[in-house]
This record gives sequence, structure tokens and C-alpha cells, in this order.
Amino acid sequence: MTKNGEFYQRDRTWHPPAVTPDYKTSVTRSPQYSLISLQNSVSEVTGPVFGHNDIHALDNDLIHNYAQAGDAAIGERIILHGRVLDENHRPIPNTLVEVWQANAGGRYRHKKDTYLAPIDPNFGGCGRTLTDESGYYFFRTIKPGAYPWRNWVNNWRPAHIHVSIFGTAFAQRLITQCYFEGDPLIDKCPIVHTIPDAQARAQLVAALDMNASVPLDSIAYKFDIVLRGRRSTLFENRLEGN
Amino acid sequence: MIQKLDYLKETPSQTAGPYVHIGLAPGAAGFDIYEKELGWDIAGPNANGERIRIEGVVIDGTGSPIKDVMLEAWQANSEGHYAHPEGGGTVEDGFKGWGRVITDFETGEWAFDTIKPGRTRGRDVGQQAPHINLWIVARGINVGLNTRLYFDDETEANAVDPVLNLIEWETRRSTLLAKRNDRDGHVVYRFDIKLQGHNETVFFDI
Ligand SMILES: [Fe+3]
Repeated sequence: MTKNGEFYQRDRTWHPPAVTPDYKTSVTRSPQYSLISLQNSVSEVTGPVFGHNDIHALDNDLIHNYAQAGDAAIGERIILHGRVLDENHRPIPNTLVEVWQANAGGRYRHKKDTYLAPIDPNFGGCGRTLTDESGYYFFRTIKPGAYPWRNWVNNWRPAHIHVSIFGTAFAQRLITQCYFEGDPLIDKCPIVHTIPDAQARAQLVAALDMNASVPLDSIAYKFDIVLRGRRSTLFENRLEGN
Repeated sequence: MIQKLDYLKETPSQTAGPYVHIGLAPGAAGFDIYEKELGWDIAGPNANGERIRIEGVVIDGTGSPIKDVMLEAWQANSEGHYAHPEGGGTVEDGFKGWGRVITDFETGEWAFDTIKPGRTRGRDVGQQAPHINLWIVARGINVGLNTRLYFDDETEANAVDPVLNLIEWETRRSTLLAKRNDRDGHVVYRFDIKLQGHNETVFFDI
């Protein structure tokens, strides 16, 4: 019988560094001192647990979850699906996945977004779901539009969906962004390029998945998410009492 | 050639951006979509322990408050148990120990109500002083920042806390201490977080 040990350390060379001057906002929002490395205690190996009472079964349908009865959001209908796994290839069941995105015109339903593209009255722009026993999740939505942002004078974000994932522990908490295969704006984006490694950037590009598409209805994209893996402690369990 | 290790790589982080509220706190973004938003009640009505409020502001390297930040809190109950299968014991019905905190868009001030956590089991030996784990995301933060809030009136427990003692520079430990005030009979702790510059808050790689 093995017990759960600590999480593998985060590979900080795979993640973006704190200061990335081409993404200007990071310059004044990045700590200058080094992070202090902390071996896991009970505070890090635990995290909030969610259940089906916390969310509604249709929260993962962004085409309809804010639409008037009988209406639907405007745009290219897509299915975003995949699995949440850990670094040991183990599925992470029953974990909360939340998403938010702009509408088909690239406009967010947010009081701070003033982009001239119109608000879609039938599109809220957020969804959430729990993974099933095999770590699988899916969302039905519309493909978000590209939008301009103030960084350099003429920066455009590639089409993207923001994704928030919990895992089983506070140490696994992650927010990232999902991009779409074939988008020429990906490689021009300073936020994408905060990630130094090309393979790491590629991990954020969802693949066009014709097999999972629904004929005459929706195109599918597959986006697997990997959270930190955990040691199985065979001999001595350093996390005393866990 | 050598054999190949078959681990997956963790999905790389990206900034939460300026519109994090749409996804995680849509009410704050200005619209009502879910029957129930998550993270607004950390302790619940049945929690034992001292009821407290925590408030503060997150400050950037220019000394300005950050108005589009989101924090998540994760804490034990008054007996030092987390609401989790490995959390060390049972918790009161309705005690979550987890919450989401959004700033005022005009001032950057944030606040949340909870109960004061108890001491939790240490990693190897002993106990950790009462603390609340915080995770901070915002536009311009590429990987969410982890820190801990300790209480300035827990002098004895803080003095032997293994994590505080890990911080080599004693002057920096005080950046993790929330300051207790009594306001109209309520206990309010002040905890300002400085991302950069003089008295920069200690952040952890957990
Ligand atoms: Fe965005």
C-alpha cells in the first residue's frame, strides 16, 4: 500500500517567468525577490472539494446558459473537450473546470471592456463543469473572436478561452488559456510568448478534432490539461499524519 | 541512447487577464448568470471560532493599488482541520475553508469574512501557526502567486512556525503578518500585499 506524498516541484522553466517585458503589465506586477521554496505541508496538499450541488448541469453550455428561451449565442459552434490528467497520466476525476471567453466578435461581457464589437444579448461568456470519473470534461460554446488590446499599438489576442482548474490540492491550482490550431495570431502574441519554450506553448493549442465533431452542428477541439503529479511514498511518509 | 521517462508536463500557466471576473465572479463583472456563485462564504453559519474580517489592498511596483486582482483563500477551521479528505479531521457542516475575493474596481480594496483558523499539523514535527493560504491572480501576473497570511497577535505560535522560520531574513517575515484592529466591536485584520519594491511580500513556490 502506498500513501500519497508530495507534489512534484513545478518546472519553473516550463512556465512563464514573472517578468516578461514584451507583456508590459508584468513589469510592475512581478516580485523581484525569488520565491521561497516550500516543501508541502497539509496546507498545500489539501484544497477545496466541489460537488454536483455546487453547479448546474447546464453550466457547461455557453451557447444556451445565458440565452433567452429558444435563442442561442451567435458564432461558430464548437465543442471544447478533453481530460484533466496529472503528470503521472492519472485522470483527475470530479475536479472543477471553469472557463470564460469573449463572444464571436471578440467582446467580453464585462463593464471594463469597451471594444467596439457588439455585445451578443444571448451570450454570457462563462461556463463550468466537473470532470467525470475518467477526468473527462466538455463545453459547448462558440469560437471566440480575436480582439485588440493595449500593449504595443497594434496587438491582437488570438482567439482564446481562459481556463481555471483546481485539481485535488491548492498546490495544483492553475489558470491558463486555450488557443486554437491554425490561428496565425498565436505566434504574434506577447502573452503566448511569455512562455519561453516552443513545446510548452504548443501544449496550449487545442487540436481540431473532426472525430468528436457533430455533423451539421459543431466542430470540436481537444484540449487536455495536465496538473502537477504526486509522489507515491513507498517507504517513509515525510508528510507525517497525512 | 537512454530510456525515456514517460511523465507528462504540467500545462503552462497564463495570466488570468483583466476579465477574470467574467469566469469566476460574474456578478462582479456586472451580470447574473449562475444560480450560485462559488466562494462567497468561507466559513458558513455553523463554524466555531472567532469571527473575523480580513481586508487589504494589493500594491504594484509603482505603489499603486491593483484594481483587477482576484484572490483565493484556503484555510483550516478553528481546530486546524481542512475541509478535505487529507485535512486532518472533520469540519463543521457548511465549512468550506475556501473563498474568492474581488477588489473594488475603483479603489482596489478587498475584504472577506471568515473565522480565525487554528494551528495545523506541521510537515515533520510540531505545528504550524494559524494562517490563511492565499493565491493571487491578475492581469500582468503570469503564474498565480502563493503567499500566507499570519496573525500579528499569535506571537508565540508565529515564533515557532516552521514556514516563517524558513524565511532567512527576519525583516521579511513581518510582510506576512496581518495587523489586528477592533472596529465597532468587530475584529478586523489588515493585510496589504506588495507585489514589488520596498517591503515586498514574501511569495512561495509551493
Ligand atoms: Fe482574454
